Amino acid sequence: MTGEKLTRDDAAYVARLARIDLTDEELDLYAGQLAVVLDHAAQVAALDTTGVGPTAHPLPLKNVLRPDEPRPCLDRDVVLGQAPAVEDGRFLVPRILGEPE
Amino acid sequence: MTTALALAGQVRRGEVSAAEVVDRHLAAIDEADGAVHAFLTVLHDGARRRAAEIDRRIAAGEDPGPLAGVPVAVKDNLCTAGVRTTCSSRILDGWCPPYDATVVERLQGAGAVVVGKTNLDEFAMGSSTENSAFGPTRNPYAADRVPGGSSGGSAAAVAAGLVPLALGSDTGGSIRQPAALCGVVGMKPTYGMVSRYGLVAFASSLDQVGPFGTTVADAAGLFEVIAGHDPLDSTSLERPAPRAVETLDEGVEGLRVGLPRELVEGVAPDVGARVQRAAEVLASAGATVTECSIPELAYGLPAYYLLAPAEASSNLSRYDGVRYGLRVEGDDVEAMMRATRAAGFGAEVKRRIMLGTYALSAGYYDAYYGQAQKVRTLIINAFDEAYRHADVLLGATTPTTAFPLGAKVDDPMAMYLSDVCTVPSNLAGHPAISVPFGADGDGLPIGVQVLAPALCEPLVFRVAAVLEEAAPAPVAPALAGATWSGR
Repeated sequence: MTGEKLTRDDAAYVARLARIDLTDEELDLYAGQLAVVLDHAAQVAALDTTGVGPTAHPLPLKNVLRPDEPRPCLDRDVVLGQAPAVEDGRFLVPRILGEPE
Repeated sequence: MTTALALAGQVRRGEVSAAEVVDRHLAAIDEADGAVHAFLTVLHDGARRRAAEIDRRIAAGEDPGPLAGVPVAVKDNLCTAGVRTTCSSRILDGWCPPYDATVVERLQGAGAVVVGKTNLDEFAMGSSTENSAFGPTRNPYAADRVPGGSSGGSAAAVAAGLVPLALGSDTGGSIRQPAALCGVVGMKPTYGMVSRYGLVAFASSLDQVGPFGTTVADAAGLFEVIAGHDPLDSTSLERPAPRAVETLDEGVEGLRVGLPRELVEGVAPDVGARVQRAAEVLASAGATVTECSIPELAYGLPAYYLLAPAEASSNLSRYDGVRYGLRVEGDDVEAMMRATRAAGFGAEVKRRIMLGTYALSAGYYDAYYGQAQKVRTLIINAFDEAYRHADVLLGATTPTTAFPLGAKVDDPMAMYLSDVCTVPSNLAGHPAISVPFGADGDGLPIGVQVLAPALCEPLVFRVAAVLEEAAPAPVAPALAGATWSGR
């Protein structure tokens, strides 16, 4: 892991996964900065953790249930009132499926 | 300055009206906050209405609660119904939450008056409050220096005397670090002790809400108000909140204090000297102070900067331009999301999302995220071992005092190192407090940190109270903004 170099293409791949448009300048900047942080993180990668379990959460998690009783929830118009675009009581988004090219 | 608890007493006894108290603080904010920029939103009308209601209740013989009439500032990543909540991000442009965070409801239930929302690093990611879409907050002790972060607005508001109390959130030190840099008391409770319903999520296995105050007693009083089970938060502990105020003066006689060299060595000489002095104070108050070593603490920072960004990259996927906030149009839904997130997030948030997405991506998950989770276990085990020999641990809160604005913005790793003494408590889910303990050669405040096992908040406050008595907080600077440099 240590000293691994991140290229602009690597950064572009991650930006695509994260759904953020980045300029070439941003990609170069983040590729360099991520490499520095990952180099620091390599201390962790180098530790011997044989037989050590992972901690996802500081508390022992258990499922939380409540009685299945109706109770008030947020008003739909109030919630939709915060949306950038709505139609017929629903969130409106641009088309989801691409046109054939 | 009158403490919050004294102020509440005066209001409850009818010696001063809540309206007068609130007006006085709103006037202070109006006069001085131009120079500090602690606030993003000031609630003049809402606060005055609340104050009038409290005065009516007192006139009717009712008790409005333990914080009656006390003005409180709330970090702007806590939801306030009908009041814009920005997280210092452009991506939440125009958003007004439809509900109050549980901690905000509890403040109001205790008679406190929310007077405004405070500046922060965008989505609480940062250690200087410079990563705000609305501009930085300045340190009230030196206008050319940072207040720390990410709860820099809350810390600065209390330090400047604009409010006696404030709420912040602490994911890797975001309450304790700015408290140290601004010369106020800041405390991170045990994970699960305070409800996070209505706290905008950053890293969900680490985030915790906590109090700021000018005194340990005030911070403890605010802690009591906000702590305790909340059915709306599935990570909330099912136990009553511990009482922290009534045991404050019990002292440290017979207490075992560990001084881990990992929280003392490597910090600025002025800071290290104050930690040593704090150890002497506790020893002369009857505690047994033992130097120790917890080598695993050194892995806290690298583990944190994999785990927190990984969780953040997942949590922040909800900002997609569909249901609230900013939207930048695009040809299809994915182009819209990419353009919205590009325009809405600032540089540090993008950096952390990139880092976290990388750490979680195929081929790197085990080596980075999975390994950091195992190191987290090692750190928790190391704390458990240390607490077999010590009741509390003492160390620095921050490696340095407040640094100049702009000094670290271009060097993310240098900025991240500001959190080296605070992240271990978040990884373990333990409580910890930063209490002012003198100043460096330039008069900048120094904080020392008291750490304890889960659920030991009363102990943490009790030890901090002994330190506070030995070294009263430095005098807050005068409110007159015009006299400050670099405004």
